[in-house]
Amino acid sequence: MATINFDEYKNVWVFVEQRDGKLMNVALELLGEGRRLAKDIAEDTKVCAVLVGDKVEHLAKECFAYGADSVYLIEDPLLKNYTTDGYTKVITDAANQFKPDIFLYGATHIGRDLAPRVAARLNTGLTADCTHLDVSVAGYIKYAEENTTLNTKSLDPNSPDKGLKMTRPAFGGNLMATIVCPRTRPQMATVRPGVMQKMEPIEGATGEIVKVTPEIKASDIKVEILDIVKSAKELVSLTDANIICSAGRGLGDASGFELMQKFADKVGGVVGASRAAVDAGWIGHDHQVGQTGTTVKPTIYFACGISGAIQHLAGMQSSDCIVAINKDPDSPIMEIADYAIVGDLYKVIPEIIAEWDNAEALYDATTK
Amino acid sequence: MAFKIIVCAKQVPDTNEIKINPETGTLIRDGVPSILNNDDANALEEALKIKDKHPDTHITVVSMGPPQAQEMLFECIAMGADEAVLLSDRAVGGSDTWATSNAITAAIKKIGDFDLIFAGRQAIDGDTAQVGPQIAEKLELPQVTYVEEFEIADNMKDITVKRQLEDGYELIKIQTPCMLTAIKELNEPRYMSMKGIFNKEKDIKVINAADAEIDLTIVGLKASPTNVYRSFTPKPKGKGITVEGDTEKDVAKTLLIDLKKKHII
Repeated sequence: MATINFDEYKNVWVFVEQRDGKLMNVALELLGEGRRLAKDIAEDTKVCAVLVGDKVEHLAKECFAYGADSVYLIEDPLLKNYTTDGYTKVITDAANQFKPDIFLYGATHIGRDLAPRVAARLNTGLTADCTHLDVSVAGYIKYAEENTTLNTKSLDPNSPDKGLKMTRPAFGGNLMATIVCPRTRPQMATVRPGVMQKMEPIEGATGEIVKVTPEIKASDIKVEILDIVKSAKELVSLTDANIICSAGRGLGDASGFELMQKFADKVGGVVGASRAAVDAGWIGHDHQVGQTGTTVKPTIYFACGISGAIQHLAGMQSSDCIVAINKDPDSPIMEIADYAIVGDLYKVIPEIIAEWDNAEALYDATTK
Repeated sequence: MAFKIIVCAKQVPDTNEIKINPETGTLIRDGVPSILNNDDANALEEALKIKDKHPDTHITVVSMGPPQAQEMLFECIAMGADEAVLLSDRAVGGSDTWATSNAITAAIKKIGDFDLIFAGRQAIDGDTAQVGPQIAEKLELPQVTYVEEFEIADNMKDITVKRQLEDGYELIKIQTPCMLTAIKELNEPRYMSMKGIFNKEKDIKVINAADAEIDLTIVGLKASPTNVYRSFTPKPKGKGITVEGDTEKDVAKTLLIDLKKKHII
């Protein structure tokens, strides 16, 4: 590998994925995270949104509102829809020209298709599905002490090291690893949707738009998108939900999800599911929570008839409050639950539904 | 001329079976079975379906790993693959995804001509989904990841696939040679067959880095652009409350009162 002059590489780049002229939620989350990282690197470190598409300039405003200092705008009719070939080429070219220090992507089906290709072409490292990022050692120590069992004695809080420390779950969340990319640039990561914090948007915020003319021709793109089909059913937005009512194998059969839907409707939540329930064909995979599904952190997570396989726990254990309803008091989910209810979900849930609207009155009665 | 398919497969620990030692906070890997990675089984199955329809198809499974990964390759042969190649060498140990894709790319070049490469989307031990696309990049192949439906025309050139998205799918046309990565929605992998089981050992080749003519400066731990900085287990949560009551109604009430008291609802 050629020797790299690290001083040439500056700024935090975020691939702001848009589909059909709309920014993905994770893009805004990453701009927020980018701001946090940039502040820790140096005063003049900028957060730059990389916006690729056709006639998408109007999205720059939203990028500025959510924390971007500048937007690299790469437009061409050939880039209207995402293709691996097209996007890899123009993004790699831009990274070679402008040399970002850090480059973040949402770990969506598109981000996880694109980022490995870009990393291979740039001959740099890529860390998948990160759930936490740090640049300063002091920040990393603070994170580790609050959230992990790591012994931080060997780490120097005054270290000048500003390399990106990318933390991700491995082995279904039982083990966490922090990965660094010490010898090559940019330092690249895909980041799980729903994990990082969006900034409070600043209406009317502006910044610099850098128009990059892509060198792209039709023959560069080896695939043809014949159609893009949105599933007829409403998109289950597990990541945005305040309350999730999730069920697993303990439900017994598909019809149990009717009760779960009633439950979710009553509490103003959405229905989630464990892999076991999805694999059994009881509900679509877009409801799946866990390592291979969606990572969630709602205010309340109801885990009903879910034993708590590690993949599932990895996807929901940072929920603010976990209520587990299970016949088996020794199932792993009971270990991490804030409220463990040993019992039959078919008997307990209808009672929660019946009493939900009375909660205030019930509580008031106890204070008198 | 035979239609040649390469399937990339990995032997992985069954992460469903991994438990954590609550005392030490470490992984208990003893007795955890090693299996053919789930998505890779779907990749192999789709290749086998092509072979069912076009018997003049040759399937080579390629893997990288320790010598015991041969067990997993026996399984692939017993399912119906024609041959298997295991790249096994300490020199490639500790490779990250960039270095792994360099090593497997070299092995594939050694195997020779192919029309199609099928890989699993990701392996359950690392869940990176990076090696497939990075092999494609190094072989300068177009790719489609997250393939949930596959169809090849009789000319054995034009492929139409459905690529899964979070909220639907894309219908994509691509031509051979290309790299496709499979997800579980693609198919239901078949079991090993008797014929396959008794046909097995002769078809597995174990090669080392020299056999594959691998450039040792781009594989292994030292060549990998990413390194592990620290690894640890998450902090265990404090024990919660067991909600009790004489009836389910009492339990529900107690729960709701406490949620209200703590301003959770």
